[in-house]
Amino acid sequence: MTDQEQQTNHAGEHHGEHHPEAGFWKKYWFSVDHKVIGIQYAVTGLLFLLFGFTLMMLARWQLAYPGEPLPLIGGLFGDSRMPGGVMLPEFYNQLGAMHGTIMVFLGVVPLAVGGFGNYVVPLQIGAPDMAFPRLNMASYHVYFWGGVIMLASFFVPGGAAQSGWTSYAPLSVIADSGQTVWLIGMVFLITSSLLGSVNFITTIIQLRAPGLSLMRMPFFVWAQFVTAFLLLLAFPPLEAAGVMQLMDRLADTSFFMPSGLVVSGQVATEYSGGGSPILWQHLFWFLAHPEVYVLILPGLGIVSEVIANNTRKPLWGYRLLVWSVVGIGFLSFIVWAHHMFLTGMGTVMNAFFQTTTMIISIPSVVILTALILSLWGASIRFTTPMLFALAFLPMFAIGGLTGLPLGLSAADIHLHDTYYVIGHFHYVVAPGTLFALMAGIYYWYPKATGRKLSDRLGKLHFWPSLIFMNGIFFPMFIVGMAGVSRRLYDGGMTYSHGQDILWLNEVMSISAWGLGLAQIPFIVNFFLSLKTGEKVGENPWQATTLEWAAPSPPPHGNFATVPTVYRGPYEYSVPGTENDYLPQFEPGGPEAEPGADEEPALVPAE
Amino acid sequence: MSSDAASAIPYTVEPRPDTGLNNVKIGIWLFLASEVMLFGALFASLILLRVGAPPGTWPHGAEYLSVPLATLNTAVLITSSVTVVMAWASLIKRNLGKFRMWMGFTVLLGFGFLIIKYIEYSAKFHHGYLPSSNTFLAIYFTLTGLHGLHVIGGMAVNGYLWGPGSKMWHTAPQQFINRVEAAGLFWHFVDLVWIFLFPILYLL
Repeated sequence: MTDQEQQTNHAGEHHGEHHPEAGFWKKYWFSVDHKVIGIQYAVTGLLFLLFGFTLMMLARWQLAYPGEPLPLIGGLFGDSRMPGGVMLPEFYNQLGAMHGTIMVFLGVVPLAVGGFGNYVVPLQIGAPDMAFPRLNMASYHVYFWGGVIMLASFFVPGGAAQSGWTSYAPLSVIADSGQTVWLIGMVFLITSSLLGSVNFITTIIQLRAPGLSLMRMPFFVWAQFVTAFLLLLAFPPLEAAGVMQLMDRLADTSFFMPSGLVVSGQVATEYSGGGSPILWQHLFWFLAHPEVYVLILPGLGIVSEVIANNTRKPLWGYRLLVWSVVGIGFLSFIVWAHHMFLTGMGTVMNAFFQTTTMIISIPSVVILTALILSLWGASIRFTTPMLFALAFLPMFAIGGLTGLPLGLSAADIHLHDTYYVIGHFHYVVAPGTLFALMAGIYYWYPKATGRKLSDRLGKLHFWPSLIFMNGIFFPMFIVGMAGVSRRLYDGGMTYSHGQDILWLNEVMSISAWGLGLAQIPFIVNFFLSLKTGEKVGENPWQATTLEWAAPSPPPHGNFATVPTVYRGPYEYSVPGTENDYLPQFEPGGPEAEPGADEEPALVPAE
Repeated sequence: MSSDAASAIPYTVEPRPDTGLNNVKIGIWLFLASEVMLFGALFASLILLRVGAPPGTWPHGAEYLSVPLATLNTAVLITSSVTVVMAWASLIKRNLGKFRMWMGFTVLLGFGFLIIKYIEYSAKFHHGYLPSSNTFLAIYFTLTGLHGLHVIGGMAVNGYLWGPGSKMWHTAPQQFINRVEAAGLFWHFVDLVWIFLFPILYLL
């Protein structure tokens, strides 16, 4: 029996009597099906996004109205956090540190990689599942418990970690025990994404359907492929750094503790000294800069799929996109120290990292330009996913371009550690990546549930979100350029040079709470449409990629027969065809396609 | 096997024609790549801390550590790398008995390594040399401790394949050989890390 026959047989079996209804726990919790795991990741990630956002909505009260008691709910937090409803600086620091940690490691990455990657990648490459299903289950469970540990850290003596999501030493080494819990939680999260990335790369290399050569893969798969490499190779150094910081905290070593450190007016004598705080920053940013691309690349992948589908045109410059994303992957490993221009590394180091940073902006701009050019001359369908994808483009552009001054070491002297930095990376991640992820949810929800999300509620979600996102983050550029530092407990009240623009703090806070309200239509839509959404068939968006060949929702094993791939991923509006799209999985077409693909297919179609 | 999905996945045992590899082999190499980054970060930290130390303050390894014991341990680990290959080769020759003998040796040599390491550690503690004493000892304990955890992990896998895991030989021999090969690759990696650790910590 060939592999393909075997696969077909198995897929057939799954419809049959071999599958007694599994119990709840086995079916929804200990599932090895990539689709169930993908949904587990996505739902957990969305909940953590909401929680992390709530932390910041809380902190924004203090920034808008420093020292005033929080009405109504202020008393719920207890005297150790908000006595009389007034936030303590320690609690404010916890909110900031945990907001960053939760949004990055427990929210966006699990949703973008764990959720969309798990659900969509095997479907888009025509595979029955991931290469290692039980490893896949394990990576979700390790992630889940890492999240539980992070949440539990709010309740240890002294509260959660307070040293920022970057946990810079030596502050983090002498911090309360919440930092230890943070480090242990990070070890879980790192292990989880390590297992996941091994699985993703193996799946994409090995389980592509016949005919699906590398240059016929949808761009989303390419983005996930590069992302998985970043996770695989960039995370272990942070794990090493985490172990070293744990040693510093628990075994009194001095990896990050310099000699003669003075803490609260006294020289810290329990440390032997001789360590380097800068070493922590190097190890941290060696992970955390590639991590920035882990946050954005899956979003770029989703936006590409949605744009190609709704412009009814091939993506402009597919090969260019692929090479750019691979280029970003390589370059992202040699730009990390642009986060450290002012640590005194020296001008030679600064010049090197400034140069690499300018170089990496090239492939990023190439991708953005290619996506914008894809819109040229198209008759665009303004579906809800497309609205989010279209909004992504200028938002990501603002986020990216405002990064350039930060990448130049001279301009960075003025801008570093101000709200300008916060504005810059939030434009990339919040109205950037999060909008892309929302586009993905509206786009693939019909595949996962068999029903469409409501368009009316979708628009009610989109437009206020777009306005409030800009209401939060645009003023940050102004406040930052005026010289107000980030992480200030009072929002800059004591800065004489900030007095003229401090009214913007209130604008940002009101926008943040407005953004919270704007998510209500989405939450309602998400659950309501499970019952009342318009029922759809296999291919509601008239799309070309392989996931639309499977039923909605796909059964265990995904495809009734293994699909064969006949062409590239975005054959829309092909002249001389009946419909305006030619799916990858349908034979035929106007001409012999081998010529359309310059490279010989890695896997011959039969 | 209880999981239907796992059995439906192609190339779990046979190599995929165009890549020439099965899933397990790609998976283990990717895992080893990430392990290289993990130990690489620690080695890089060691180098940075050492060159950053004031001149003349970084101790010579032999001032604190026992070179003879470490040399013995190097020999033990290299021998175990040979025996794990012999175990795999015995399976290729379809000889389960020989496999169990060689795999048994491998696990025992792992134990031997840990016992010698234990003697070393307790001598350090006895002299009052702790991770908090100075940064050299801090990185020594961190690196060798992490390596020791990898030895224990490798022994657990090898021990499983030697004992209960070897039942698979009768049901899916090729898959079992692949597993032994993957475990062997990991064991070689653990050995290789020590080959770097030994000169850098003890000799330089």
